[in-house]
Amino acid sequence: MYSVRLWSVRHSRGLNTFYKGFERAMIALAPLWRAIGYQRAEKPVAAFEKRVKGLLFDCKMCGQCVLSSTGMSCPMNCPKQLRNGPCGGVSNDGYCEVKPQMRCVWAEAWRGAGQIDGGLAAIQVVQAPVDRRMEGSSSWLRVVREKTGEPDPNAKKPAAAPAKAPAAAKKEGTP
Amino acid sequence: MKFADEPLAGQPLPILPGHSSPGRLERVLRAGGFAITSELAPPDSADAEEVYRRARLFDGYVDAINATDGSGANCHMSSVAVCALLTRIGYAPVMQISCRDKNRIAIQGDILGGAAMGVCNMLCLSGDGVQAGDHPQAKPVFDLDSTSLLGIARTMRDEMRFQSGRKLTSAPQVFLGAAENPNVPPVQHRAARLAKKVANGAQFVQTQYCYDLPLLRDFLKSAEDVGIADKVFMLIGVGPLRNAKAADWMRRNVPGIHIPDSVIKRLAGAEDQTQEGINLCVDLIQEIREMKGVHGVHVMAFKQEDRVPEIIERSGVLAGRVPWYPGRDANAA
Repeated sequence: MYSVRLWSVRHSRGLNTFYKGFERAMIALAPLWRAIGYQRAEKPVAAFEKRVKGLLFDCKMCGQCVLSSTGMSCPMNCPKQLRNGPCGGVSNDGYCEVKPQMRCVWAEAWRGAGQIDGGLAAIQVVQAPVDRRMEGSSSWLRVVREKTGEPDPNAKKPAAAPAKAPAAAKKEGTP
Repeated sequence: MKFADEPLAGQPLPILPGHSSPGRLERVLRAGGFAITSELAPPDSADAEEVYRRARLFDGYVDAINATDGSGANCHMSSVAVCALLTRIGYAPVMQISCRDKNRIAIQGDILGGAAMGVCNMLCLSGDGVQAGDHPQAKPVFDLDSTSLLGIARTMRDEMRFQSGRKLTSAPQVFLGAAENPNVPPVQHRAARLAKKVANGAQFVQTQYCYDLPLLRDFLKSAEDVGIADKVFMLIGVGPLRNAKAADWMRRNVPGIHIPDSVIKRLAGAEDQTQEGINLCVDLIQEIREMKGVHGVHVMAFKQEDRVPEIIERSGVLAGRVPWYPGRDANAA
């Protein structure tokens, strides 16, 4: 809900602190997730995550949550789904060009980030293009898997990254 | 300016050490010149001559011509096609790539194709929302954003691979650009946002129209503060306003346009408002040129493209330099 979403940005600091504790608890529960099986846990956890984050942030379940880097303002609510900052069409009073009734998600993001310790550094981190295969999956479980070294069942094949570092392109000479 | 290693018309220049592209725009900027770019309004037509007619208006006055990619979300001849026509006879286009209409598969294909045709400059944009244009019923794509697009283009050039990791057999040698709008919220964070683009590969910047010079000064100052002033070439957007009424309409209806009241007043007070719009543009260029951290101007003379030579001539920013155009050296001989 839009008004709750704005409330969440106003309370970005508290929500971020809460999330950090929650993340630690989720990671501590890793043996449980492993026992249940990540694939089996995926559906109910994702459904719960969608309820909670849908209410608080109008979460779109992109599956690669960056709320801690965007001042608790979900960038997937930007009609252009911009993950690295606002476009140039923001109105003078900070509203969206596509949805003129809505505050610019990124104007909000900077506001929220300013309240979080380290938030203004986090918002400067360049976000990679969205992996559309992760849409609908649980970000929470993905974080647990990442931090405990579990393989990702959502990725059908490795997203990128040949193991060897690619040779740098020649900068001169060839036309 | 004639380069010592000037090639045949339509052929690329050699790539100098430390340069990314064989292009004239990068040459001029890296040589410390004050660069001029302008924007070609792509025709609603399948006639190549219409493109050439529009390009010829700028002959001898611009270092590169931006080929817009459905700007304002209006349908026109594509950016790639305009670039194909322009490069055929040696013009130096800036190929604009918007994330609005194509996904990463199509865009990476265009980057390769554009470079193969001789496009040396690419401007990575998010794109105007479809609601602003003539096809509001269209599906907005936005698979990437402008910053991640820059990263992908840079990876293709410097690491010779697609985003998927698959290898290219030759790299697109392009000079990468980004856009910025110093005028709209969050104004105080605009330079920080641009810093992300620079971190991801932007080498030059073309800004939205800047009519508010104090605001521009603040922006340039904060660009310095975030440490990008010496990492990116800054081309400031300028353009003539037709009259006070049109200017007022623009600022109220076109997303991202900010025009201070003082500008509207100056136009309204003039006898010939269109001429005053040209005068104002000349004044802006002269003031902007003196600002620290500015490397050129991007002249967007929407529906007044034929006035661009007059504007640049009167501003004196070329200082006697004649940018290349097809036939320049034949005319000089």
